[in-house]
Amino acid sequence: MKCTVCRQPAVIDVRRHNANFCAAHFLKLCRDQVAKAIKDHSMLAPGERALVAVSGGKDSLAVWDILVELGYQADGLYLGLGIGEYSDASGDMARAFAGQRGLELIEIDLPAEHGFDIPTGAKAAKRVPCSACGLSKRHLFDEAARTGGYDVVVTGHNLDDEAAVLFGNVLHWQADYLGRQLPVLPGRNGFPRKVKPLVRLGEREMAAYCVLRGIDYIVEECPMAAGNKHLGYKEALNAIEAVSPGTKHDFYFGFLARASHRFTPDAEAEQADLGSCERCGAPTPGDVCAFCKLVARATSAPVPVELGQRR
Amino acid sequence: MKVLLRNPKRELDVPGGVRVHALLERLELNRESVLVIRGDTLVPGDVLLEDTDVVEIRPVISGGAT
Repeated sequence: MKCTVCRQPAVIDVRRHNANFCAAHFLKLCRDQVAKAIKDHSMLAPGERALVAVSGGKDSLAVWDILVELGYQADGLYLGLGIGEYSDASGDMARAFAGQRGLELIEIDLPAEHGFDIPTGAKAAKRVPCSACGLSKRHLFDEAARTGGYDVVVTGHNLDDEAAVLFGNVLHWQADYLGRQLPVLPGRNGFPRKVKPLVRLGEREMAAYCVLRGIDYIVEECPMAAGNKHLGYKEALNAIEAVSPGTKHDFYFGFLARASHRFTPDAEAEQADLGSCERCGAPTPGDVCAFCKLVARATSAPVPVELGQRR
Repeated sequence: MKVLLRNPKRELDVPGGVRVHALLERLELNRESVLVIRGDTLVPGDVLLEDTDVVEIRPVISGGAT
């Protein structure tokens, strides 16, 4: 197998591009795709300060690496979620990556700063762990970016992530979610915009990027995520992709080009109802935002059971 | 050859003389969902693996529903 660009031995095939690449040209492909996504969707402007949401996994470390390679000013934010050894190992990966490159990594520890971990919070709030985790991440990334004076939050969502979320939203016709499923979510109420520079790159490509760049990332799946719907959607789409390369790309980018705007009114209607959380100021449709409710439920002491004399 | 698999971590002994794509088919793995790594680099699908090779088959699917 030869590199489609230079005819040297290839290390990877990318079937949806009907092309093979040597290491150097594959890394260039990844950087070019990120640069194109940033340009096409006006994600970042020169001189803006970006905060990368870093998990210690392949996608967040790869996007941080590529942004720095492309010359953007990007710091990292790692959230300690209190998921046992998984969180310990993830934090080590994020710290090692930042340390080796002299990059700034901000750390927030959920148990230390908010009094609960994800397994406890999910149980107390009667949410699935991925829901409590996603809610906490979105809130804390927003808050850290706002207090740190960052212009934009960067996440490592890749093409597979976006295609899988789209698949789930279409299966259940979540019209307001479909209206917000964009590569860029504009800032509002003092909160930063959010961008997804990896939307043109698949999950396999991001793992390959890390291997070829020598980036050590946490390969093990989060123990809380095992068996969740999102992973099931990804497996289903990959089964289709295996027999019809390019399907995930066509599904997601076809949606953006031909259907996304049809759901904008649904998303705008939902956004119009948002006020500010009376405790933290975050956007919320009620008096108290979902994260503050989660904190309250997860940290409230159980009602003591009185033992002693019977009345 | 030795084949290292993840989630859960395990090790298989597989006879050499097989190409990467054929190995993945034999193990019933979707080539869109894994990378094959030998040493510190990737091995493309048409490479013939030898008895003495040690390869890792690394899953690439990850993530919660955030």
